[in-house]
Amino acid sequence: MTGTTEREVGRARPRKEDARLLTGQTNWTDNISVNGLLHLAILRSPMAHARIDRVDVSAALERPGVIAAFSGRDVAEEMGSLPCAWPVAEDTVVPDHPPIAVDEVRYAGDPVAVVVARDRYTAADALEAVEVDYTPLPAALDIETALAEGTALVHTDKGTNRSYVYRATSGDYEAAKAQADVVLTRRYHQQRLIPTAIEPRAVVVTPLAASGEFTLYSSTQVPHVLRVMLAVTTGIPENKIRVVAPDVGGGFGSKLQVYGEEVITLVLAKRLGRPLKWTESRSEAHVATHHGRGQVQDIEVAARSDGTLLGLRVSLTADMGAYLMLLSPGIPILGASMYPAIYKMGAYDFSCTGVFTNRTPIDAYRGAGRPEATFAIERIMDDLAAELGTDPLELRRHNWIRHEEFPYTTIAGLTYDSGNYEAATDKALALFDYDKLRAEQADRNHRGDTVRLGIGISTYTEMCGLAPSRWLGEMRYAAGGWEAANIRMLPTGKVEVVTGTSPHGQGHVTSWCQIAADALGVPFEDVEVMHGDTRLATHGMDTYGSRSLVIGGVAVHEAALKVVAKARRVAAHLLEANEADLEFADGVFSVKGSPEARKTIQEVAFETFASHDLPDGLEPSINAEHVLDPDTFSYPHGTHLCAVEVDTETGAVHIRSYVCVDDVGKVVNPPIVEGQLHGGIAQGISQALYEEAVYDEEGNLVTGTLADYLVPAAPDLPEFVTDRTETPATSNPLGVKGVGETGTIASTPAVVNAVVDALRPLGVKDMRMPCTPERVWQAVKEASA
Amino acid sequence: MTHISVKVDGTTYEDDVEPRLLLVHYLRDRLGLTGTPVGCDTSNCGACTVELDGAAVKSCTVLAVQADGSEVTTVQGLAHDGEWTGLQRAFHEQHALQCGFCTPGMIMAARDLLREHPHPTPDEVRQGLEGNLCRCTGYQNIVLAVLAASEQEVTA
Repeated sequence: MTGTTEREVGRARPRKEDARLLTGQTNWTDNISVNGLLHLAILRSPMAHARIDRVDVSAALERPGVIAAFSGRDVAEEMGSLPCAWPVAEDTVVPDHPPIAVDEVRYAGDPVAVVVARDRYTAADALEAVEVDYTPLPAALDIETALAEGTALVHTDKGTNRSYVYRATSGDYEAAKAQADVVLTRRYHQQRLIPTAIEPRAVVVTPLAASGEFTLYSSTQVPHVLRVMLAVTTGIPENKIRVVAPDVGGGFGSKLQVYGEEVITLVLAKRLGRPLKWTESRSEAHVATHHGRGQVQDIEVAARSDGTLLGLRVSLTADMGAYLMLLSPGIPILGASMYPAIYKMGAYDFSCTGVFTNRTPIDAYRGAGRPEATFAIERIMDDLAAELGTDPLELRRHNWIRHEEFPYTTIAGLTYDSGNYEAATDKALALFDYDKLRAEQADRNHRGDTVRLGIGISTYTEMCGLAPSRWLGEMRYAAGGWEAANIRMLPTGKVEVVTGTSPHGQGHVTSWCQIAADALGVPFEDVEVMHGDTRLATHGMDTYGSRSLVIGGVAVHEAALKVVAKARRVAAHLLEANEADLEFADGVFSVKGSPEARKTIQEVAFETFASHDLPDGLEPSINAEHVLDPDTFSYPHGTHLCAVEVDTETGAVHIRSYVCVDDVGKVVNPPIVEGQLHGGIAQGISQALYEEAVYDEEGNLVTGTLADYLVPAAPDLPEFVTDRTETPATSNPLGVKGVGETGTIASTPAVVNAVVDALRPLGVKDMRMPCTPERVWQAVKEASA
Repeated sequence: MTHISVKVDGTTYEDDVEPRLLLVHYLRDRLGLTGTPVGCDTSNCGACTVELDGAAVKSCTVLAVQADGSEVTTVQGLAHDGEWTGLQRAFHEQHALQCGFCTPGMIMAARDLLREHPHPTPDEVRQGLEGNLCRCTGYQNIVLAVLAASEQEVTA
């Protein structure tokens, strides 16, 4: 559309979502209450691995206010096995996963029995009356020894703790290695993380017994995926299940899941014929909501002495936890193509072994496989620079894809459509004052200052916009990667956009209004966006993997163009003109050369509603749906620079400055994009410095509450300096790339590189995450010993 | 059961409650004031922060019986006749919320902070909000919002 009014895309619109959230008029799942609502509480295993000898719920049933209580065996048949939709290798070992354990518990937190009572306190109390006899079994609790002989088996019947081996190679790595002057081998550890969306999960099911229909409300990122999977798992017909994701308080991948509690609540509401609610406590969430990361990364890089990269070998061991959840095997594989990152090389050898351990299952956490990849390549680039005695930035420049080389097909087989690493880096360096900080660092090192300065670099790219359906099929993922948008032109000229994305903080309502307003030429205020209810948004693939804007937002744009095309036919008829002679600008159809002959799109909407005078045979609707399946991924990139002060006497790490310049293509709403970056960077910094799910030798989660697991508060994080370059994506008409995960992907290596850079003159070569004061102090001590 | 009388957001309620009932559950489950959410069970996250007789408290660490005879203000009692407070406006204008789950607690804690430090430095804002966790924003825009609000109004 061309026009004179200011375009909405690119404007800093304050969010439409905010009004309810700021005034407490929210609709979190736990807020939902209906007449006769019963409450569900879950008894969980206190042991990492044990045989269940006996479960007796009879005493619980005698408690006043207790309606029902069940062991796993009581309900096993109705509940089925929780689904894994991504068995990445043909022979992936996929164990049975009952929502409530039947014969064995396989992690501390595995559900053992459930109680249904009149209120949440009574239900929680009654759990104490459930008697369970366990026979403890040996547990596998370490990724590195999971496959060693003599290690306990998580699933005895499978005969192995190996779930799968996935391999992908390109070029001849051994040949590249043979030509190399330098071969560097490193082992990096991606610690387990607890995603910690601030809203704990909750599920409410309201059954309509007479018709066998169920409405399931869940704090989920994926109402559409969930509906399909609930039908498959429970046998309840899909068209009898309505799934609603009401207000959802953050997800970060942890609500991209089909959880046992969703199945349990649905099946028990069906069995009891009563509405049922389950709300997770935070401590319960720490064991019951899936964890993220959890990989050992063996990396080898081969290079010439001038720094030219020749090849890269990546061998991962990835923790699945006790069971395969929806996407568990695929998470490390999402990173498989990202290890070569922005660098040119001739050979690449990737393999990943998925292993079971007796711990909470692992699945998607912000970035999902790609932060791990970026961490490893950006860490080893720094280590290689140190080995070669060159500036880490110079080494990157020497190897990265130059802006004139796009589109560029990487050794991993991805074709990056666009990018300008030089521009983003130059801008970041200027904001950061790189040379001055390097001078200060040299001075401190020279003086032997007890507080050292370190500079960390991360020049990243990521593949986002998950995902082209054919690619997903090739990767053995069960579903597609398209997204749907539906636009309804109401008789009064107002617009309803129904999206298949399912936002939980990302501001889709505001951004989609901006996109639709531009394409339709209607005021931003006249557009409403609806989502998150399978009865309303009948078609969707939901929100994860930085996919919503690139696929769902573009689908809104395309649907709007279809509306305009349909409206054009009606307008031409009303104006007694040829369609080809009509111009459309700012929501107005006019006849070329006679601008007084005009119809607004709102007038066309009303005329279509009335349908008194439409062309013969024309369908009386200008509403349109567009389902978009992307051809390719999008590739945001950027340069993140971090300066840390490390106190060598206390081990304390202080982030002195953090600068990032990101290229996420065209920006729809600048404050929303910045907000996504801030939050993403915070989570990445937090992996570098603060967070780790720690288990004891028995397999108990030591970091079992928010008092033990350090989620950073405001004083723990720096102020971020953010800026952008804008290289539009060529893969979609809006030129957008996605921004949900970039901050998290980029920031972790920037921080750890900075810490190692500060300590390298003291002999420290690596730091395991999180870089806690104790670990830093220990590393300094060991290096000087 | 214990009889309590509590004024919440301007309305007085009389109820018989179990002595162990948490104030936040009283607000949510008995009064239906679900604007105040529960984010944890160890008083770390601050999502449930309300004002009890003018001071910010985490309502998951207060028993309903302890609020007997007191006045409680929740996020739902801030706006008057549709008119937001300066903090609400500033959170909106600075994009200081994403999913919004921590926002009620964050705003109530920020009110407390501004009462003590009417013109805080950025550092004082960060320290003052230490008891409230946000997983979406990285806090940067929350700090900006509180600073912006401090120049407009300090509510009592």
